[in-house]
Order: sequence, then structure tokens, then C-alpha cells
Amino acid sequence: MEDLERVVADAEAAFGAITDPVELEHVKARFLGKAGVLSEASKGLGRMAPEQRKEAGQRINAAKGRVEAALAARREALAHEALEARLREEAVDVTLPGRKRGLGSIHPVIRTWQRVEEIFGSIGFDVADGPEIETDWFNFTALNQPENHPARSMHDTFYVEGGYLLRTHTSPMQVRYARMHEPPLKVIAPGRTYRVDSDATHSPMFHQVEGLWIGEDISFADLKGVYTDFLRQFFETDDLVVRFRPSFFPFTEPSAEIDMAFESGPLKGRWLEISGSGQVHPAVIRNFGLDPERYIGFAFGSGLERLTMLRYGVDDLRLFFEGDLRFLRQFA
Amino acid sequence: MQFSERWLRSMVDPTLSTGELTHLLTMSGLEVETCEPVAPPFEGVVVGEVLETAPHPNADRLKVCRVACGEGREVSVVCGAPNVVAGMKAPLALVGAGLPGEGGEVFRIQRATMRGVASEGMLCSASELGISDDHSGLLALPADAPTGVGIREVLDLDDHLITIKLTPNRADCLSVLGVAREVSALTGAALEFRDPPPVAATTDDTIPVRIGSPDGCGRFTGRVIRNVNAAAPTPEWMRRRLERAGQRSISALVDVTNYVMLEMGRPLHVYDTSKLQGGIDVRFGRAGEDVELLNGQTVELAPDVLAITDDRGPIGLAGIMGGESTKADLDTRDCFLEAAFFFPDAIAGRARRYNFGSDASHRFERGVDFDNNVAGIERATRLILDICGGEPGPVVDTVAALPAREPVSMRVSRARKVIGVQVPVDEMADIFGRLGLTHRRFSESGDTRFEVTPPSHRFDIAIEEDLIEEVARVYGFERIPAHPPVAPAVMRSPAEARRSLHDLRNRLADLGYHEVINFSFVDVQWESDFAGVTDPIRVLNPISSQMSVMRTTLAAGLVETVRYNVNRKHGRVRVFEVGRVFLRDPQAVADDLSIAGVRQPVRVAGAVLGTASEEQWGEPKRPVDFFDVKGDIESLLAPRTAAFERVEHPALHPGRAARIVVDGAEVGWFGELHPRWQRKYELPEPLMLFEIDADALLSVPVPKYEKVSRLPGLRRDLAVLVDDSIPVGSLLERLRKDLPGIVESVEVFDVYRGKGVENGKRSLAFRVHMQDTRRTLTDAEADEVMVLATSLLEREFGAQLRK
Repeated sequence: MEDLERVVADAEAAFGAITDPVELEHVKARFLGKAGVLSEASKGLGRMAPEQRKEAGQRINAAKGRVEAALAARREALAHEALEARLREEAVDVTLPGRKRGLGSIHPVIRTWQRVEEIFGSIGFDVADGPEIETDWFNFTALNQPENHPARSMHDTFYVEGGYLLRTHTSPMQVRYARMHEPPLKVIAPGRTYRVDSDATHSPMFHQVEGLWIGEDISFADLKGVYTDFLRQFFETDDLVVRFRPSFFPFTEPSAEIDMAFESGPLKGRWLEISGSGQVHPAVIRNFGLDPERYIGFAFGSGLERLTMLRYGVDDLRLFFEGDLRFLRQFA
Repeated sequence: MQFSERWLRSMVDPTLSTGELTHLLTMSGLEVETCEPVAPPFEGVVVGEVLETAPHPNADRLKVCRVACGEGREVSVVCGAPNVVAGMKAPLALVGAGLPGEGGEVFRIQRATMRGVASEGMLCSASELGISDDHSGLLALPADAPTGVGIREVLDLDDHLITIKLTPNRADCLSVLGVAREVSALTGAALEFRDPPPVAATTDDTIPVRIGSPDGCGRFTGRVIRNVNAAAPTPEWMRRRLERAGQRSISALVDVTNYVMLEMGRPLHVYDTSKLQGGIDVRFGRAGEDVELLNGQTVELAPDVLAITDDRGPIGLAGIMGGESTKADLDTRDCFLEAAFFFPDAIAGRARRYNFGSDASHRFERGVDFDNNVAGIERATRLILDICGGEPGPVVDTVAALPAREPVSMRVSRARKVIGVQVPVDEMADIFGRLGLTHRRFSESGDTRFEVTPPSHRFDIAIEEDLIEEVARVYGFERIPAHPPVAPAVMRSPAEARRSLHDLRNRLADLGYHEVINFSFVDVQWESDFAGVTDPIRVLNPISSQMSVMRTTLAAGLVETVRYNVNRKHGRVRVFEVGRVFLRDPQAVADDLSIAGVRQPVRVAGAVLGTASEEQWGEPKRPVDFFDVKGDIESLLAPRTAAFERVEHPALHPGRAARIVVDGAEVGWFGELHPRWQRKYELPEPLMLFEIDADALLSVPVPKYEKVSRLPGLRRDLAVLVDDSIPVGSLLERLRKDLPGIVESVEVFDVYRGKGVENGKRSLAFRVHMQDTRRTLTDAEADEVMVLATSLLEREFGAQLRK
């Protein structure tokens, strides 16, 4: 019966020496197969006396169990090694760059446009857009700027064929929108505008956002509240001061120029002109088709390029219109 | 409007620093653009009198000067200025003086020895004092400059140049008096200006004046002054004030008229009476008349242009500029002063029509005080008599029609509602009082009403809002609270079946495109090259010929953007733009959001050049092609689908161009840039372009649920050989249409041409998905569908089944 001990030891040694799973199955047959050592041993049981047979049978079974356990352990070990090897094999260099699909970008001025829409949208402002080739009536006359009005020289106007002009501001949208809707009117009109002006700080084409709120009791104090809040939202800081300074626009009265100054950062303390504004002139309210005795409210017009430059620190207006990818990519 | 602070303070002198004063002006609506000291700080410089000059013993260019510096003291100064001469007076920087040096440093004058001769100070040029750039020689001072007195005092250098940016409504502030009146109203400081006392006539001479067009000229006040010395020099103090107001000194007579204009806001004109023929008539021009102006320009008159005429015809443009033929010059002996009032409507826009402007037209267009004509003439007379002598005639004041000054009402309740602040009634009254607005107060049905009569110098007070503005302005915008508005909370949300232009932009950015903004006006050549348009809408006053027409396509600008970046070594460019194009359309009518004859649709366009993906280790390099961009367009349109049809387009390669059709309507085009333009516009590689009407991209269906089958579907593939010329789209369309309802989708998954396929043919492989929501499909049913498909393709397209 020392034989059995040896068989088990042999099996354990044989399994342990094998590194290939297929070969392991071959070797298994040598011990556990029909013609294997242990099967042969079982065959001898029939010739034994009954009491010996029982004991011998038990010992053979025990040995068989131990061989099977050794086999299972070896199988497991080999599978584990194989997996380990595969995992080692499959390792990648995680520092290699990821596969690029190439991200585009939204133009910074449009990014501002979107944010302005979102901010005013949050208190219920509608958004309107309309023609850029515009009539003299909508661009000037309806806005209380009849022909020969000295204020017309404030805007150097591009004229196009057909007796039209390129809108010098987005204010004509005030009138168009008002004629299409019932008060209260609460709308912003962002868009392209044009003036005959081209130098380092002026582009012949630029963007404005016009704002209009007309109701029965919308006052200059409301204008101050709304616009101040807008600037704090837009620049995401309370660390700025806003001042309203008397000015003149034919389509508002009282009129105000809005200046702002940051209280920290590189522009700290400098007053920056940010918008024209005021209470809509009664003549303009009449051109809306409304009764100025009943309806009052404010309007403002701000330059989107200006807001964009201040927001992102862009220092050259021309960059917005050159389409240089090195510039645009920064806004991805 | 530019003026000197000292001049202003001579009329009103509030206890405010220069900075406080300019802030006050800015915050009351007179925006101070600049405020600069007349001279930089310096000290220890006095009037020196050069008593004697002697050659320097050791240097040819230098002189040794004996200079008196007051109280009998003399110093010896070595000087190299070419204009130094005995008897002249010049600024003398004494030993210890501090002059403005480089970069704000103080430059100290020390006792020095120059080439062996001691020098006790320095004689200075204007540039050495920082007053001007003139360094050609010593700053020559007037002979009566008091020797030894500080130069800052003598030249009045402790002064600031203030420039205010006036809005067109505040013509009343186009004079120092106007600004002073404003400062007085804002601060309560007394206004030190009295109307000049009349100067008695010493001759009877007059010039007859007729106002032929009283709707143009309301008043004409004139006076003859005989025997003036027109060549007399303008006194230093007046010259200085004029210069600090940006006016060059011309001659005594002209300087006086300019001075009175700047001082009182009263434009004047001075004629040489010997050049006038008969009397003056102020009337509108007649066709065929012209006049040569003081600026040398000869202009043609028109029936709406107001002229000053004499018996021979026009001698000046009223309120704009005098004429050359009757101007006063240095030889003038007898002169005639004009102080007129012209109605703004009769002047406005006229100078601009002739492409110039003048100080007079700037004022008359906006409104000039019609009540200071006589005062202005008296003031000018006094100054002329003091400077040039002469014998004044009587003042002849001809009044035809003056602007009506109707009282304007303001309701206190309305003012409070508009401003949003309960401004006390008494404070409103006080504001009107300080502004010199005559007013009365009425109590009416629980409200208070002010009735205000605007003064003759204000042309911006005609309606209630004008008064509300005055109240708000003087009350102080800074005192009006920033009020958080109260409004009903009404929910709003965009329609789910619409997406915004911003959504499209975000989608394109996700597809790798960078947004650009190009000008709406372009080169006319671009229009013909890229759109085949030869008559785009022209800009009548373009800033350059490259921006002379309104674009009908965004493509040209994008090609230019690509080129710009290619020239900056970008091998891969993907850009897009969203913007309007401008199309002539006789059918277009004026409406809520449109004008007649022109359509202005918003388009979305893109341009792509270079490799399909960014160059990288993990991706093979491949140039972008038609189908990359087509895929982008399909993604942009999704969930809607489009049909693509071959098209000819002026910008595109004829074999690689397609129109995009959605729901049967053409919504755009795309393809590869025509090689001709690729060469002409110097692009190194093919460029893909697309342009789509934004409107077609904005409506999207709201998703509608269709039952998802829980049963397995079946998939079958089919490969056929067909003629190369047959578009895949037509096969797909047929299969999708004619196969039974259990066919869920048909897609092309392989296209092959080459080895194993005969010339002129290609192999197409289709994948067919089948699905029934109610039962499991059998293989037999699927096979039946494929037999159907094969025979359909064989019959309709001559296809051969590929084994």
C-alpha cells in the first residue's frame, strides 16, 4: 500500500512538471484513465478477501481523490498562468494619446450671444431676429430719427441698392417685434450690424444685442436692476460696479450710457462703456402701434464683441473676423 | 467741444478739484473724453531777458549770454539755440529748477561749466518745458513779459484742456458759457457772466438787410464798424484761449468772431463792406447759382439750401460758411458783423451733402440761442474796438420769425412712474429753477403738473419726456436705485419640434467644425466664381472694392478662411458659418420680418480640407472625401433624412456635386470644389463645401414610439454585379419600396470595383434586416424575401447575383 502513496506522489510530481494544459490531460489518463494506475489497482480488489477489500477500496478512493485534487489544482494554476500571460501580453501604453475625433468650436462672439440669450431667457425674455438689409424707416425714422436728424451722423451708414441700408443697430427689431406681439413685450434681438468704420477698434460689421421690455410700469429703475443683474450674471461675479450716465439717443428718453468697472483683475477700476440704454421714447412707442400713455419701458443695446473681449480677455477686435484656427480652437 | 478749465472757471468756479469737476460733467451727460494739463509739472523757470550775447571762446555754436532774471539780478548762461539774440525774452530755468525729464523724471538744473565757461541756468525751448514739440530754438516770449516772473504764471500753464463729447441734443453746451451754466445748475456755484454792455454808435452807417426766406432765417442782426485796423495783432490772452479751444489764430477780426462763438455760443460772421454790393438778402438758393466758399470749395446751391446773397448773388451758405468774395482780411477797413438765427431744419444735413462741416453748421443744425444776437454783436464790437479800433454804427436787428417757445407740461406722477423713484415735488421745482427753466406748478386731480417754458438756448425741450429727463439727470442717475423688476412668472419653453441655430452650431462643433464669422459684403468676383451670380446687391458706399456686394453664398468666405489657415501651415481645416445671404427676389414682399424685393435667408455652410481625421498614431492617414462630408451632413440633418441628387453647381466639381433634398424640396448643395477654383484660389488639396438653408434644419419631428419587437429578427446579405453608371440610391430606393413589410431596413455595406469584377461594373453588397412584431420569422420566409430582392434587381437593373 506504500504503492498508493507513491502513486499520489508521482501524480503530483507529474502534474507539477507540466506547463501545457493539453499535455496535462494526457498525463491525467496515466493515473485516472481506464488503463491508469489507480484503475488497475481497483481491478485487484476483486481478488481480495471482503474485509481487506473494503479497506483497500477506501484507500484507493482516497488516493484517487488526492490525485484528482492535484489535477484540479494544476489545471487552475495553468489557467491562471495563461490568463496572467495574456493580460501581460495585452497591456497597452496608457500614455499614448487617445484617438482624436477632432473637436470643433463655437465662435467666441456666438458663445457670448448664446449666454446672453440664456441669461435673459431665464427671466422670460423672448429672442427675435430679422432682416439685416433694412429700410430707412425701421432703422431710423421709426426710431425717432427723421431725415437730417443730427443724430444720424452718429451712425455712418452703409447704403445698398434699392433704397435700402444695412442696419446700423439691432434696434429696428424693437419696432418689428412690437408690431408682431401684444404687450408686455420682453425680448432681446442679437444679430449682425454694420457701420462705415474700419480701424483697430472698429469693424464694419459687428454684433449687437438689443433688449426691450415694455409694460405698464417698467421704469428706469427697472432698467438699472435688470442690466446690473445681467452684467453680474454674464461675468459671473458681484465684483463689478455699474454706472448709468446721462446720454442721448433719439429713441430713448431719459437715455443712459452704461459703464462698468471690475473691482479686481487687470482692468480693475477702469470705466468701460458697455451699453446704450434708456426709457423708450413715446414717439417710438407710438410707432410700435401702442399708446405711450399706457405703455412705458426700457431698451438697451450692447456690443457682443465688447462683452466677449472683456469676458475672455481678447485684446484685438480683428481676431473675431479672421477665422484663424489658432484663435478659434481656444474656444473649443 | 474743447476748452480750457481756466476759461470755464472764469465764469463759474465751484469748490471742486479738476477731477471732481470732470466727473460731475460726465455724470450729468457732458461726457469728458479727455482732460490733460496744458504743461507737465516743472518749477524754477522765470522770464529771462537776454541783455547781451558774446561768442563762446571755445565753441563756434555756443554763445555766452548775460540774462536778467528780475530784481536786478543777472546770470551768465551758455546757450546753443540759433535764435538767441540780445533783447529777447525767453524762459530761464534757474539753478535748482526742475524740468520735465525722460519718463516722468525731474531734470534738475545745476551750475555747470560748458567748455570752460560757467553757466548758471538754462534758456529753454518750448519742447524743453514740455509745452509743445518745438525744439527749433528758444521759446520767444512777448516783449512785455515781466522779467523774473514765473513762466507758469506768465503763460497761464496751470490749466487743463478739457474735451467733452457732446450729444446732439445739448447744442446749448457748445460754448464755455453753456458748460458754465450747466456747472452752475449742478453745483449751485454762481455764474459770473453778464450780458456785455451796449457800445454806442458813432456813425450812422448800416447795410440794408432783407430776410427773403423767413422759414429759413428767423433773425438777422448786423452792425457796421468803420475804420478798423484789421492787421492789429490778436492779444496773447485771446490767442491762448482760442488755441486751448482748438482754434488756430487767423486775424484779429476772425479771431474775435470765433472767440464770441466759443465764449457765448453765438456764431458770427464778418464781411468786408467794400466787397458787398448793395444790401443783403437771406433766401433759399436757386437752381444754377453757385458760390465760392472760404475753404476754396465752390458749391452749387439748391432750392432747399439757404444762402446769404447781395445784389450780385450768393455770397455765402447761411449758417454753414461765408464766401470768399466778401471775406474780411488784413486789408479790410470797414467791416460788417452778422449775428443771425437760422432754423435747424433749414441747415441740418446740408453741409454733409457738400461733404464738409463747420463750427457754424454744427451749431445751427442743432440749434443756436435766438436771443443772444444783439449781446453777441455788442461783445464782438467791444473786442474789435479794443483790438482794432474803429467807429461802430447802430445795431440793426431784423426779426422775421422766432421759434415758438410753447410751455411744456410734466405730470409729477408720470415722471415718477418713468424714473421709478418718488422724487419730491419741491426737488423737481428746484431742479427746473437751477436749470433756468421758467416754470409754474398746478395741482390737478390728485396730481401735480409743472408747466415749463424752455429758454431760448434750449432746443431739446418739447415734450414731457424731455422734462422727465432733466429731472432724472439733475436728480442724479446714481441716486436712482437698481430695482429688481417684478413681473408675472409665466412659463415659456421652446417648441420641441424646433431646434435653434445654436443647437446646429453645437452639432457642427461636435463634428469637428470650427465656427467662423465672415463679412456679409464680399468681392464681386467671389460671387460669380462661387455662385454664378453676376448681379449681387451692391453696397453703394463700400469701404473697399473687396467688400462691395452683398453675398448670396457663404461658400466664398469659407474658401478664403481655409486659404488663410492653409497659408498658416494648417493642413487640416474644418470650418463653418451660420449667417444670412442676400438674394434679389421680385416676389419678396415687405412684411413683419422682411423687406420688399430681397430675401435674406439664414444659411449654414461648411468647408473641409485635409485629412479625414487628425493625423495621429492610431489612425491611418487618408484625405477627406465626398462621403466624409456627406456623412456630416446626414448627421446634421438627423433624425430627418435627405435624398442626394447629382447637380451642376458653379462652385463644384461636376462629377462630385449633389443637391440635398428633404421632403421633396431642395434645401442645399454640397460637393468638392471645382479644380479650377482650387487652382485659382491656391488650395493645395481638394476642398469639400456644403451650404444648407437653416430653416430646413430647424424643424425636427417629435419622437413617436413604435413598438419594439421582443422576437428575434433575421439578417440576410445579397451581393450583385451592376453597371457602374447605375446609382446605388436607385437600387436602394427600389428595394425599400418594393420588398414586403417585414423588411425593416436595407443598407449597402460594401462597394467593390477591380480584380474579379469585369470592367464597367461594380459589386454591391446589401444587408437586409427583417422583423415581425407578432411572430418569429422562419428561414423559409427570409429566403423568399431574398429571392424576391434578387429577381427585382435582375429585372429592373440588369443585376447579376454574385456567388
